Amino acid sequence: MKSIKAKKIIDTVADLCVKANCVLRQDLLRKLKSVYNQEKNIRAKKALGAIIENARIARKEKLAICQDTGLPIVFVELGQEVRITGDFKKAVLRGIELGYKRGNFRESIIRDPLQRGKPAYKGAIVHIDITRGSKLKLTVLPKGFGCENKSQLKMFNPTAPLKEIKDFIVNAVKSSGADACPPYILGVGIGGSADYAGFLAKVALLKNINAKRTAFERDLEREIGKLHIGPMGFGGKVTCLAIKIESYPTHIAGLPVALNLSCHALRSASATL
Amino acid sequence: MKKIISPLNQKDILVLRAGDEVLLSGYIYTARDQAHKRMLENLGRGKGTRRELPFDIKNAVIYYCGPAKTPKGKVIGSCGPTTSKRMDAFTPFLLRKGLKGMIGKGSRSKDVRMLIKKYKAIYFLAPAGCGALISRCVKKVRPVAYPDLGPEAILKLEVKDFPLIVGIDAQGRSVYRF
Repeated sequence: MKSIKAKKIIDTVADLCVKANCVLRQDLLRKLKSVYNQEKNIRAKKALGAIIENARIARKEKLAICQDTGLPIVFVELGQEVRITGDFKKAVLRGIELGYKRGNFRESIIRDPLQRGKPAYKGAIVHIDITRGSKLKLTVLPKGFGCENKSQLKMFNPTAPLKEIKDFIVNAVKSSGADACPPYILGVGIGGSADYAGFLAKVALLKNINAKRTAFERDLEREIGKLHIGPMGFGGKVTCLAIKIESYPTHIAGLPVALNLSCHALRSASATL
Repeated sequence: MKKIISPLNQKDILVLRAGDEVLLSGYIYTARDQAHKRMLENLGRGKGTRRELPFDIKNAVIYYCGPAKTPKGKVIGSCGPTTSKRMDAFTPFLLRKGLKGMIGKGSRSKDVRMLIKKYKAIYFLAPAGCGALISRCVKKVRPVAYPDLGPEAILKLEVKDFPLIVGIDAQGRSVYRF
């Protein structure tokens, strides 16, 4: 049995919040640089240049990449041979609060969705999964809401042709236009239940965006490319930087498909204890 | 690249075309969802509440932005634009009151576009998702109203050479082709 103190969890989560919000993911930066080099449309190229320059300034000056430092989503993979001393969930939330305060990030969370009120740092979504072994993996994904607002869920008939699913995803991107900071990264969850498909779509955003694509992902990328929305909506080649699909067993009567849209500032950071 | 000053001058705006790049200097006001809602509520209500807007809106520019907190030694934190469309419902009223320019990201409703044409106003796009970059253009920050809204409070920003692209010009033309 390995023992981890709550204090260690607080510190780790706080560090991850700062890192995720100030240092752009390496896989994303690499992709942005590669599409920048290929872009011929002057306005689109300039927009990509600004995104890359913004990432450089944010990292150097320890500023948030985007003022919308998001709703923090925390993914926990807790090894079953790990024993935690202290209150685990409290420690995670405390870590978020501390990290956001330390980074001078925006207070974007309101306690009551209907009454609204003054925003604060309190609140995060925490997903906990029990795994084998004696490691604790923590991942923080601060999700901006300009793009979260464009996410969609549809419960298809189990006999729905693939084209219908494709159209659903392409149309969701089309209706987002330039509103949610393109070029986008798409997380797609297929299967499970209504809520689980939404979870899968979010998990998909954690994958390496430069990893080998499936035929379906390639096909979707091609279709979305035809929309010619482009960086910041100025046209050009790249509307979508990557599409990542996660699937899961589902019921004979259904076919849930969820789309989680991410802006070009897809942020996440992980640590293993 | 054209340089323009805010509060805006009608003549400067009329020559701008959708897609033009400009550098904006001068004073702009931040306001997003809740600040818009409150400005309209305050005006719409009877006695006891303030019947005027918290700043001089004539020829003013509103920036749809809720900045991050200000780190030590900096003027402001990350401060990029938020999605403009969410403010569409409030915009007609403010244009009627004399608002001349808006800065945000993404498209506007057809109604807003037509009103921009009617009032010969202008809508600018700021580099979306580039809040760290934009923070360098802000030279001074002064709180104006609604501090209880936290990051959604109205601030007066003094900016220098804020890089913008004309999204909708005074003739109602949009830069977007989709």
